[in-house]
Amino acid sequence: MRLHGIGAVSAIVLALALSACGKERQLDQTGPRPTLPERQETLLPPMKIARPAGWGNAVPSVPSGFAITPLATGLDVPRQMLVLPNGDVLVSEGLGGGAPKLRPKDVIAGYIKSLGKSGSKGGNRVTLLRDADGDGRAELRSVLIDGLDAPYGLALVGSDLYVANQGALLRFPYRAGQMKIDAPGEEVSKLPAKPNHHWTKALTASADGTKLYVGIGSNSNVGERGMAVEEDRAVIWEIDRASGAHRVYASGIRNPTALAINPATQSLWSVVNERDELGAQLVPDYLTSVRPGAFYGWPYSYWGNHVDPRVHPQRPEMVRKAIAPDYALGSHVAALGLGFMTGGGFGGEYSDGAFIGEHGSWNRRDLAGYKVVWVPFTNGRPAGKPVDFVTGFIDAEGKARGRPVGVTFDPRRKALLVADDLSNTVWRIVPSTGPGAR
Amino acid sequence: MPLVPPPTRAPAALHPLHATLLAFPTALFPAALLADITYLNSSEMQWSNFAAWLNAGALVFGGLVLLWGLVSAARGRMSWAYPVLLAVMWIAGLVNAFHHSRDGWSSVGMTGLVLSIVSAVAVLIAGWLGFSTLGMGRRA
Repeated sequence: MRLHGIGAVSAIVLALALSACGKERQLDQTGPRPTLPERQETLLPPMKIARPAGWGNAVPSVPSGFAITPLATGLDVPRQMLVLPNGDVLVSEGLGGGAPKLRPKDVIAGYIKSLGKSGSKGGNRVTLLRDADGDGRAELRSVLIDGLDAPYGLALVGSDLYVANQGALLRFPYRAGQMKIDAPGEEVSKLPAKPNHHWTKALTASADGTKLYVGIGSNSNVGERGMAVEEDRAVIWEIDRASGAHRVYASGIRNPTALAINPATQSLWSVVNERDELGAQLVPDYLTSVRPGAFYGWPYSYWGNHVDPRVHPQRPEMVRKAIAPDYALGSHVAALGLGFMTGGGFGGEYSDGAFIGEHGSWNRRDLAGYKVVWVPFTNGRPAGKPVDFVTGFIDAEGKARGRPVGVTFDPRRKALLVADDLSNTVWRIVPSTGPGAR
Repeated sequence: MPLVPPPTRAPAALHPLHATLLAFPTALFPAALLADITYLNSSEMQWSNFAAWLNAGALVFGGLVLLWGLVSAARGRMSWAYPVLLAVMWIAGLVNAFHHSRDGWSSVGMTGLVLSIVSAVAVLIAGWLGFSTLGMGRRA
């Protein structure tokens, strides 16, 4: 055997490792019954990272009849937003996590994913934006609350402003028009914080304001950090606003990244990020009504009772309990934002439904997500396929100009707000004719 | 490996640094195999993590000793069987590193166990060949 032989064997190994990189057949993976292909566990998962590129003079594309402006730029990793009664917009800025790197893969995967991020550490604050003259650009900006710890979810009930840090739910007193809160936050409840593989704590208040719902993501992709760290993870907590007591409202819900109340039914809905490394087209991320007491399968199964063989020991009795979610958004789109239309929305085809911010994929060769989609609703249920609404986040060279996160609709000013945590911008979309336009 | 031509000169003893490098994969690949077996018996993820690091460390030192072995064989100071065994060990170990990067049970399973056995057996034989030269006069 000569060196050539070793070279040939190495080439076979490389070919094996790269076998994941072939073209993928496009499947219909949106709507209530997505097509689920066979699992494909490869030596190297299919990957593509969109490297960051600035917007320059470009702006995201919106359908004709709409106009988009940057409400604010130069933020520090804007995530979720809240429109206050007086029209001020709050933006949580932060980046959490810090789960230890347990094996060589964690070191390498962390580096690869960092290539698609802005590199900022996150503001750890809530910023207030005020656009009093309605020109689509905030002329006043102030740090409403500083010194937070990776804030994400925001909610206002009466004069109580709630901020979900990565490790605690805090309450602040808020007066209309206030631009800075100096009062220290009062801890309503601690939130599961170690080690925070998925750190974002989504938050919303029930329609009657008596309960708060907090989304708590899993501490791993599929239990590979051991099940001990998954206690009280991949769950949605219901917290009693008066007492701070909590109960598990739903479980097995891998990473519920945004929560919102459906205005038609007043029930809780969530967008959820599903597991990776079962192939480019598994598992679809989803939008679902959150049924109290329901178990959504993680980590034992996906989309109902499709068993995930990576979990050992397996739990058939849990797989039997698992229910399928309502509506698939596509595999690896990374839905991070959910905003229901209220007050008649934009009117016309955009009267009843929800906007969803899709941060974008890493675990497939063709980029998925990187846009804001519209899901039409009828009678409180999704009625039709998702429609692209804000696009252009990927430029002609395949680089990412931005990555959408939170989406919020302001019914009084007929404006859709989109947080973009790569370009550190909040975008504002209004009909180019009508109340929100100038 | 009788297929390969016999050494053109008398076999030589391993250089002390060569022997030191060889000691790492000789210890680490069998240790990774034991960690894998323990994971498969316990479903305790940390054993799979241990195996992944042991395998990675064995690859680093094993790669160096493989290069050294190739040079020594090319210079006729060692049998080709030695670098060929090290190559089998290293390639199985590399595939196994990717395999161990999968999550949960898929990080080991039957394939991971077989790859660990291949690397461990190959390095133990290579180690036998390598270390048995230590009593000889010259250094390879």
